[in-house]
Amino acid sequence: MKENKSIQEIENEIVEEFALFDSWDDKYEYIIDLGKKLPPLEDQHKIDINKVKGCQSTVWLVSEFRDGKVYYKAESDAIIVKGLISMLIRVLSGHSADEIIDTKLDFINRIGMTTHLAQTRSWFAGDGAADEKFCAGL
Amino acid sequence: MEMTEATTIQKGLDVYAIRRQFPALEREVKGKPLVYFDNAATSQKPQMVIDAMTKYYTGFNANIHRGIHTLAEEATAAFESTRDDVREYIGAGSREEIIFTRGTTEGINLVAYSWGRQNLKEGDEVIISTMEHHSNIVPWQVICEEKNARLKIIPVTDEGELILEEYEKLLGPKTKIVSVVHASNSLGTINPVKKIIDAAHKIGAVVLIDGAQSTVHLDINVREMDCDFFAFSSHKLYGPTGTGILYGKKHILEAMPVFQGGGEMIKEVTFNKTTYNDLPYKFEAGTPNIADVVAFKSALDFVKQTGKEKIRQHEEELLHYATETLEQIPGLRIIGRARKKVSVVSFVMDNIHPQDIGILLDNEGIAVRTGHHCTQPLMDRLGIPGTARASFAVYNTKEEIHKLAVGIEKVKKMLS
Repeated sequence: MKENKSIQEIENEIVEEFALFDSWDDKYEYIIDLGKKLPPLEDQHKIDINKVKGCQSTVWLVSEFRDGKVYYKAESDAIIVKGLISMLIRVLSGHSADEIIDTKLDFINRIGMTTHLAQTRSWFAGDGAADEKFCAGL
Repeated sequence: MEMTEATTIQKGLDVYAIRRQFPALEREVKGKPLVYFDNAATSQKPQMVIDAMTKYYTGFNANIHRGIHTLAEEATAAFESTRDDVREYIGAGSREEIIFTRGTTEGINLVAYSWGRQNLKEGDEVIISTMEHHSNIVPWQVICEEKNARLKIIPVTDEGELILEEYEKLLGPKTKIVSVVHASNSLGTINPVKKIIDAAHKIGAVVLIDGAQSTVHLDINVREMDCDFFAFSSHKLYGPTGTGILYGKKHILEAMPVFQGGGEMIKEVTFNKTTYNDLPYKFEAGTPNIADVVAFKSALDFVKQTGKEKIRQHEEELLHYATETLEQIPGLRIIGRARKKVSVVSFVMDNIHPQDIGILLDNEGIAVRTGHHCTQPLMDRLGIPGTARASFAVYNTKEEIHKLAVGIEKVKKMLS
């Protein structure tokens, strides 16, 4: 159950999964596949205030605070970013804001994607340190 | 399609011999030989430029001007010698008209702040075009806001050409300056700058030409062009980063107030009154980027030795080949169909974001640029979020363009 796993544990899981790939092609195919499977964000959320600024692609992010935990929904018009979003949701969604803020969030670096996606490093039009952390992963 | 080495050795330009002069081209990316198609952002540097920087730092590093020791004299001579070569390269009348800057952006800012502050007043108009780089938009927005002047925009066609009839309609008694790009960084369009300049001069306006993209590809003669200002950068011309040139007509530069204050730009400083140095030093406050200016001379030497005409022919052939090759790919659309272009091919693909194209091509060792290319208003006009852009330099080959086409087909397959 996800509730029992810490952010760090989920990050480690992803890193282990990526260690199985032999080539960059395989890594990208996996991320593209994740991107394709990411549920679309409802149109009412695709508004300026939910836009992550500074990305080459358009990214919308909405978060919901429920029972002391933050839940994310997000989408992008670029498929690889969508794959990345899918992983960020898997890692961060369902944890407390404090946990999210305190995490190092270094799995993207550990799976070797940083150099590709550094250009998308971004900031968020909305507010909230936890949301900013999510965006820092992009 | 089989490409052989022989196919790209043409008209006396041995592209493989040229490639050997560029150490960065020997590296691999993701285990594949680098294909560097991001030349419109910055070119790679030949060994002779890298050597010139090393020679400066190891042999005669010293602050220039005013020094009486040998190293300072040697450094000054080298620095000033680049100025002479730049003057010759762009056909300027005198060395006083050549001002060293940090790059094209600083050159435009210098004109906007110095000339703009002095010459613009409320209600005046500044004309730029839809295809300008942000560097030739924002400085004018800043000064227009300060002076309550108005920015007027020359529209472009769907093909990416300026609509000159509309430009002529914009010209009027309130027009004080026209600032347009010579060659578009996003689309490659070569603008008819001579016509633009002549029309502006008829109504008494001055003209700045942004030569960031054109200087490496085209023959530049500022006197024939008759522009009042011409700004460009060294780093797109096989030279070091952090160095650029602003050319200005002498009488205009002389009348302009200083831009930045500091050392070198003064004649005499007292707390009551400071007098300023003569051109070009009046606009070169502080210790300049000596090493990079010195090495820029070697970049100009590289171009001279290789031959501008040969470079141009080679790049034109690459542009033609790339256009022909890429437009055969179903779902790919070339953005920018101007009749005259520098070697830039921008494209979009059906249902694929340019960022995905860029990331996946990088995975093939191919460096292209994706995004709005600092021309957001142009992208808005064309109704696209951005493009993927391949831009070619003297060291690129048809084999590399073939690899790009194969890479794009692979991207399509991965994302289908």
